[in-house]
Amino acid sequence: MSSALTDEGRKARWTPGRFVVLAAALLLAVVWVLPLAWALATSFKPEGEATKTPLHWLGSQFTFDAYRKVWEAGDIGRWMFNTAYISVMTTILTVLLCAMAAYGFSRTEFRGRKVLYAVVLGGIMVPPQVLMAPLFAEMVQLGLVDTYWGVILPQVAVPAMVFILVKFFDGVPRELEEAAFVDGAGRWRVFWTIVMPLSRPVLAAVGIFTFISTWNNFLWPFLVTTDPNGMTLPVGLVNVQTSYGLRYEQMMASVVIAGLPLLVVFVLFQRQIVRGVAHTGLAGG
Amino acid sequence: MTTTPTSTVPAPVPAKQPAARPVTVRRKWTEHGLVFIAPFFLTYALFLLWPLVSGIGMSLRSDNITGEGGEFVGFDNYAEALQDPNVWSSLWNTIWFTILSTVPLVLTGLVMALLSHHLRFVQWLWRLSWFAPFLLPSGVIGLLFLWVIYPSDFGFADQLLAWFGLHPGIGWLTDERYAMLSIVLATVWWTVGFNFLLYLAALQSIPQHLYEAAELDGAGAWHRLRHITIPMLRRTTGVVLVLQILASLKIFDQVYIMTGGGPDDSTRPILQYVYQSGFTGYRIGYASAVSYLFFALIVIVSLVQLRLSQRKGESA
Repeated sequence: MSSALTDEGRKARWTPGRFVVLAAALLLAVVWVLPLAWALATSFKPEGEATKTPLHWLGSQFTFDAYRKVWEAGDIGRWMFNTAYISVMTTILTVLLCAMAAYGFSRTEFRGRKVLYAVVLGGIMVPPQVLMAPLFAEMVQLGLVDTYWGVILPQVAVPAMVFILVKFFDGVPRELEEAAFVDGAGRWRVFWTIVMPLSRPVLAAVGIFTFISTWNNFLWPFLVTTDPNGMTLPVGLVNVQTSYGLRYEQMMASVVIAGLPLLVVFVLFQRQIVRGVAHTGLAGG
Repeated sequence: MTTTPTSTVPAPVPAKQPAARPVTVRRKWTEHGLVFIAPFFLTYALFLLWPLVSGIGMSLRSDNITGEGGEFVGFDNYAEALQDPNVWSSLWNTIWFTILSTVPLVLTGLVMALLSHHLRFVQWLWRLSWFAPFLLPSGVIGLLFLWVIYPSDFGFADQLLAWFGLHPGIGWLTDERYAMLSIVLATVWWTVGFNFLLYLAALQSIPQHLYEAAELDGAGAWHRLRHITIPMLRRTTGVVLVLQILASLKIFDQVYIMTGGGPDDSTRPILQYVYQSGFTGYRIGYASAVSYLFFALIVIVSLVQLRLSQRKGESA
């Protein structure tokens, strides 16, 4: 095809203009990588060398000392487990509940469905931060302060995700499901064996998005956990930063430990994340 | 479709078991709707609707953090909030942050998308370097900038300036003149990748034939950018802009970690004031009232977004 050919042609042509663009992109890339690179470099320095001026990327020796000390201090492994547990549970529950609800809204008819859906859509406008005071009071009453469920449950019912999935289901032709109905399959079978597998890409997008935002959530876990044993990684780090004294290298080692899992997730699922952000992001913010 | 019998198994009891009685496809569509929706809706009601409603009740009372010991005070909390200089200053800080951060976040995202789209190679490199920071927790961002980027003298930012021959010793987070700007810079670095991806997706959906036609007409690169790309991105820009404003208004984490709202409350956002009133000042009724004032602002912006996306739907 001619369009493909011109596309290829453009790909290969190295005009001066394109070099300028490349230079600009590289410059921006360097600027964006520098802070992370600096954190990494600092974390490998021997204790006390982070504050040396002028700036040196390498310390007098390359050492895992800071990592060892941070790990031996004990809490960070525990927080990592908490964060992973909370993120995985939240993701599973969110995907399950939102997919079921979206299927219900998209594919069933009952009195009051439209009203319920409007109530759910209205929730997209409510930032969870606005509810911090009443939600915390509710958690006190339910006895869920300092529990995993206290962190998980308020993050599970995400109206924006229902909206995204309803849009998706609305776009899927009903013929497959109807054929299954004719064959005598029940509602649940159709949902589990046809609809869910068919929706794998969008469910993956919703799931990854949920996982990342739960892993990164700060305010709610910060409010609802007071016991250091129950803290998530970001909350724990912020809480104990003073107890590191002025050990910058250890601080950066914990920063790297806290940030690394998501960077690994990104490298593994780059395609899904990029697509997920492009689609989920526009609808859900 | 509406009257096809799908099962001839006679129903032994008039139970609700769908497979055990003659059903129609039509009937299948109406079955179990509430069952599918109930788990979500119950959670939603319990952890979003209920706090939303009970928060209104709390904002009319003088309760402390445990919800005890207060009494009904009517709109006193709201009246007090409207006269509280801390509400206005933290609201202004929030809006000022939003103004300062939105334009660079949208523009930088656009520039990144244009660069990477134009280059069409090593896409993974641009995505990794520009989008990866967005994936990091706010705690990591806050501590990274607080501990090794922004300290005076030995901090990375100051050392970078020194490398260019500029005078170091700037109180990036401790000087009232720079603190908010430093937070904006860190936030742009952190979250611009999101806008970059949204723009990139929009760029990739512009029909290629538009460019080919323009090229045949002899339009240069600048001309194509100015007369095809930018106009085709107008709708995306509207959406990105509103999403960004909403996100910026909700600022809390990085400020709380980096400056704690200081120096002298000059960076304290409204959400931090809500937190302080309710959780360190124990006035949860008052905190609720302040958060509902903030909510009103969010709703207004959201309604604008709704209008925008509806218009988008109409023209699409």
